[in-house]
Amino acid sequence: MPLTSSDVRRIAHLARIEITGAETDQTLAELNGIFRLIEQLQSVNTAGIEPMSHPLGGSQRLREDVACDKPDREASMKNAPAKQDGLFLVPRVVE
Amino acid sequence: MFEKSVAELGLALSARQVSAVDLAKLYLDRIERHRDLNAFLDLRPEVTLAQAKAADARIARGQATPLTGVPIAHKDIFVTRDFASTASSRMLRGYMSPFDATVVENLANAGMVSLGKLNCDEFAMGSSNENSYYGNVLNPWDKTAVPGGSSGGSAAAVAARLAPAATATDTGGSIREPAAFSGVTGIKPTYGRASRWGMIAFASSLDQAGIMTSSAEDAALIFNAMLGFDPKDSTSVDRAGEDYSRDLKRGVKGLRVGVPKEFFGEGLQPDVAKAVLEALQEYVRMGAVLVDISLPNAALGIPVYYVIAPAECSSNLSRFDGVRYGHRAALYGDLDDMIKKSRAEGFGPEPRRRILIGTYVLSHGYYDAYYLQAQKVRRIIADEFQQAFRLCDVIAGPVTTSVAFGFGEKAADPVAMYLSDLYTIPGSLAGVPGMSIPCGFGAKNRPVGLQLMANYFEEAKLLGVAHQYQMATDWHRRIPQGFEA
Repeated sequence: MPLTSSDVRRIAHLARIEITGAETDQTLAELNGIFRLIEQLQSVNTAGIEPMSHPLGGSQRLREDVACDKPDREASMKNAPAKQDGLFLVPRVVE
Repeated sequence: MFEKSVAELGLALSARQVSAVDLAKLYLDRIERHRDLNAFLDLRPEVTLAQAKAADARIARGQATPLTGVPIAHKDIFVTRDFASTASSRMLRGYMSPFDATVVENLANAGMVSLGKLNCDEFAMGSSNENSYYGNVLNPWDKTAVPGGSSGGSAAAVAARLAPAATATDTGGSIREPAAFSGVTGIKPTYGRASRWGMIAFASSLDQAGIMTSSAEDAALIFNAMLGFDPKDSTSVDRAGEDYSRDLKRGVKGLRVGVPKEFFGEGLQPDVAKAVLEALQEYVRMGAVLVDISLPNAALGIPVYYVIAPAECSSNLSRFDGVRYGHRAALYGDLDDMIKKSRAEGFGPEPRRRILIGTYVLSHGYYDAYYLQAQKVRRIIADEFQQAFRLCDVIAGPVTTSVAFGFGEKAADPVAMYLSDLYTIPGSLAGVPGMSIPCGFGAKNRPVGLQLMANYFEEAKLLGVAHQYQMATDWHRRIPQGFEA
């Protein structure tokens, strides 16, 4: 089932990527091309097959819950686009 | 000196025939003379020379490893403290990491000297290196051809002997395909062998670091220092270290080389088929036995990959919000608007496309039909590899359907570009080790690669099988015209 322009706008909103009107049309055509490729999967019989989430299977390894290297606040913030007093700055969210 | 292998450079350094500083200067000079390739994104000679000086001091103290003082360059997907780390994206322009990736750290601990950071497709998404925000990388064999991608800078740098080795990463073929297009040796290990800590994430269940060199012997030597368990990566495999060079001298007599018929079907260009079949005959001459095998659903690897990789990419790249690091738009309204504009400006077309696909296949109501179904077909493909490895010791075939294509030939059509990874994606989905070694030249005198794959954790065997071929042939020693001096 091909996507529509409103699907593209909805997905772009979910992905938090601004998209202009002209880009919507081109993106729609590209995504529909890719989905035609992906649709091949629908005809594969996968009854009884376990999904493979990871090549070596198993469970996620967990470490002991003990203190380890503490991130250096200043070093971690040195690439921030806007900061003040050790805090990241963003537009006001609470009036 | 630049035509020497990593192993030979290590010996020359320990015998004091050359100093690490002089070697670093020699390579920096070559890089400078060939800037038109656009293989490097960040060079800081003062950093390189300081590392070389430290390597010389270590050699003088008698504490050198076989790699101490040997130069290497890193794909700009690995974060580094001393060089900018951009993932070839506008999003991370000028980003300076507070730490080194484990792979980078391991190689530095062995004494390798970093020459700088290498261009690649943006966030490692692409097959031609045309998706870099910082421009195309040229193929040293033919500057009108792409070097392959996403590790295009790594492949071009090693092919042109601007570095004796370069790190690279593979998600769906991003080491093997550029290695084939640029005529170098490239290997990705078993998923979980190389630490992903500090490797800018694209698709976490597929991403795996590897190496490009001019020979299998060199790759083995570097793997000895580069791979290993890393508690900082939750998917790192906890296994004892091993000597990846141990099988280099083992002959291939009686080796069963599996030839999947699906890799020789429609779409394979005759020039590539000819070089690959000739390479298989070389193995027969050396005493190996060819075995017909089948990977019946290998072609479904592409649709599986283009569900799973975008899904994981949309999740991984959600961290780029213009708040903590990365690009922030100059003009915006509220917080949501700031994030949306920053991401629209910071990401190029291919990451944007993949984020959108991934967001859709993971969205409510579509998860089972796309993502879960793709994961099930992934299992079918991985199981077929296990069936195949009951009949053979290694799998051999082409890496790509054609030799390197020209700039712009596939750039306008994402689906045509995606199809170029037909033979590399299945191995990535299964998570088995795979490599590409040079095996001749095809149309327009562009290089052809032979793909070799082995079962999980059989890198040593794989490297040995490749090395035996390289003892019998000299394709891997060829240097492109214009780079011999």
